[in-house]
Amino acid sequence: MPESKRFAILAERDVNKETFVEPWPEAGLMVTDSPYDPKPSLRLEQGQVVEMDGRARADFDAIDHFIAGHGLDLTVAETAMATPSQQIARMLVDINVSQAEVRRLAGGCTPAKLAEIISHLNVLEMMMGLAKMRVRRTPANQAHVTNWREHPALLAADAAEAALRGFAEIETTVRVARNAPFNALAILVGAQTGRGGVLTQCAVEEALGLRLAMKGLTSYAETLSVYGTERTFVDGDDTPWSKAFLASAYASRGIKVRFTSGTGSEALMGHAEGCSMLYLEARCLMLTRGAGSQGVQNGSISCIALPEALPGGVRAVLAENLLAAMLGLEVASGNDALASHSAIRKTAKLMLQFIPGTDFIFSGYSAVPKRDNLFGGGNFDAEDFDDYNILQRDMQVDGGVKPVDEAELLAIRRQAARAIQAIYAGLGFPAINDEEIEAAVVAHSSDDMPERDLVADLAAADRFLAGEANLLTVVKALQEAGFAETARNILEMGRQRVVGDYLQPAAIFDREFRVLSAVNDVNNYLGPGTGYRPENRRWDEIQQIPQAKSPRDFINDQIGQPLAKLVELEPAKESSRTEVVVAVGPAFGKALTRTINGLEHEAVLAAILTGIAAEGLTARVIRVYHSSDCAAIGHSGARFSGSGIAIGLQSRGTTVIQKRGLAPLNNLELFPQSPSLTLETYQAIGRNAARYAKGLAARPVSVKVDNWARLRLIVKTALLHRRETEEVRDLPPMELLFDWEPDL
Amino acid sequence: MTRSNNHHYPLMDHSADIRAASGRPLADITLEAAQQELLSPADLQITAETLQAQAEIARRAGYLQLADNLTRAAELTAVPNEELLRMYELLRPRRATWQELLALAEKLERDYQAPANAQLVREAASVYQARNLLKRAGNS
Repeated sequence: MPESKRFAILAERDVNKETFVEPWPEAGLMVTDSPYDPKPSLRLEQGQVVEMDGRARADFDAIDHFIAGHGLDLTVAETAMATPSQQIARMLVDINVSQAEVRRLAGGCTPAKLAEIISHLNVLEMMMGLAKMRVRRTPANQAHVTNWREHPALLAADAAEAALRGFAEIETTVRVARNAPFNALAILVGAQTGRGGVLTQCAVEEALGLRLAMKGLTSYAETLSVYGTERTFVDGDDTPWSKAFLASAYASRGIKVRFTSGTGSEALMGHAEGCSMLYLEARCLMLTRGAGSQGVQNGSISCIALPEALPGGVRAVLAENLLAAMLGLEVASGNDALASHSAIRKTAKLMLQFIPGTDFIFSGYSAVPKRDNLFGGGNFDAEDFDDYNILQRDMQVDGGVKPVDEAELLAIRRQAARAIQAIYAGLGFPAINDEEIEAAVVAHSSDDMPERDLVADLAAADRFLAGEANLLTVVKALQEAGFAETARNILEMGRQRVVGDYLQPAAIFDREFRVLSAVNDVNNYLGPGTGYRPENRRWDEIQQIPQAKSPRDFINDQIGQPLAKLVELEPAKESSRTEVVVAVGPAFGKALTRTINGLEHEAVLAAILTGIAAEGLTARVIRVYHSSDCAAIGHSGARFSGSGIAIGLQSRGTTVIQKRGLAPLNNLELFPQSPSLTLETYQAIGRNAARYAKGLAARPVSVKVDNWARLRLIVKTALLHRRETEEVRDLPPMELLFDWEPDL
Repeated sequence: MTRSNNHHYPLMDHSADIRAASGRPLADITLEAAQQELLSPADLQITAETLQAQAEIARRAGYLQLADNLTRAAELTAVPNEELLRMYELLRPRRATWQELLALAEKLERDYQAPANAQLVREAASVYQARNLLKRAGNS
């Protein structure tokens, strides 16, 4: 078989670095609708579940027991189970059915029933459903801030940047577990410097996580992982009851709790029991709700590559986000691990959460470069910040972040790095020197940071965790070093912990520490014109990308001193000479003096006339006033030309060779790619026009095709055309005198 | 219509009655107090009463399981940190015998007036027994 050159190119594409596999239900490698998934069923006797999804109570595993005892709303269960799944699926997209109505029924659905509802929905319908079912009206975003050096000044600076960029939560983790208290402290201080009210957490082993929270170093916990089969759960060293207790333990210390689950984890851990990923996730979500977690982080999370290897994987990941929202859980919707090598594929996947909006579109967005991300790299990272901001601007979608100004960013990074330096000094931790601060201010990654004495840091971290120092010690150290704002914000996080408003579903704080949650910011989406829309100040903020220029600045380069050598005489007359007429646009050499390619009008005109002269002909120059359109300019020129041949020349440089008698939009040669035209091209155009005037054949002038030119220059093109159009007058074409001699 | 008609939420807007676990009124938890070293960790801890109020808010907003969780949390405010970590550890798979779990339930009820948590632990004990999640014989 010969080799296709096209297939060879395709084989090199990023998407072909990925793994794709056919479904294998026995191994749990099937995203939805496994033949081994149970059929929905529910039987109650005297208020107790005696059968659920085809399994009798005597055969219940621990998860079944927990769901039956805590997850299901038994008062509505019989109604919900009797309602056809397709009807519930339709309610999700019916703008006349409220969120509350769908949620009431969803609470009475067994896991198999929830999976069956999904089987009726395509991704578009699921996105509609998610827009309605999301619990908080205002969407938000979470950031990951880590670095492999675990450098405190860089962690603080990056956390401050993430806060300034608008992330409502920041999560860090550890490379070395003993660093946990220091990493948690650094992002707390950074976040509260960047923007007061940002919630922070440090993902570590459960008991250590609780210790950090008790010490006041974190305000939420997210990595309470749950699984859809009992054996996987036990391998994760927990049970639904221990997780429920842990959730209450966190809440008892005023800490917000979010569970973590996601498609693929059971298959990855070898205990999928032949069930589809989505069915197992439905079990996770029912028990998450049953345990009283206000929300969940799901969307496959660190397993994302597994569903993405299978058909329908990205759809299933959206489905699990939707199921969580239907159950009234706050959803932090994944996008937190590398989902694809392909920029197209990773972005397409993101759109399923980005467009409908979720409580946290990412859980989280890697606010550091991928290689510094100690989680899974992030579907988007710090190098995608501008792309992401522009996606928000393109679609008028609130993705939870905002563009920032470089000077403001550097200032906040410096403030955060200095604040953590002051705390290290105040609490007697190994010093952070000024060189480290300066590096952290401008750093992109760990590579830009000096090394620290890790052994000394770890010993100090151990002492900090075991010792008496706490949030108040930190506040005092900041006050004494003059970081009043950061101190106030950190203390306010402590005061909020006393009040507990942020324990309610999907709670975040704005910059004034006003809480927004499913209780006071209820998602009221009921179709067009309702629900959350980025408007007013928020829409202004999204629009203010530093890359955007004022339209008035675009064409400054095209405006210079009017051409003294170009003098306007009387109205143009027809002639019978063998000549070429060069017809220029109304702004040529006056309001505009350079082409879009930056060529002086004088030089362009000289080049054309040189080309004409080289063929031994003379030229007349006229100005067309009645139109700024290239075809119309050329068409008028041809009418006045003795030979019938004219060159039409717009001020931006677009050129046509026209012949009398042709329809205005027909022509001999057209040069629409004005940015590619050089003086050599203009000279060749002049020569060809002269040959046509003499009745000779000519090889059409070849111009480099640059399809990116339109993309780059369309705004400028439009503005130059507009400027030329402003010069249009109700006047006949005028004869011009061009004071110039051919240099032959 | 984006605001619910829940008059007490956020509690921060009605904070005159809120006190920290130390008993200090929220209004007295200030930067000045921190500077003068008048505050202790208990000044940044939530009380059982406030958690109960949040549980009630969750219940009225329709989040019943969250409300139950916050009720259990209110009970657990009485449990010291180290004790709480030990209790959690006992509930993990195969950490405790049937008797140890029942003793934990009793302790929750007797020492901490935590009946909702005790109930959760008893339920766990019976499921753990049925599903072989208790400490295995010979395991210490």
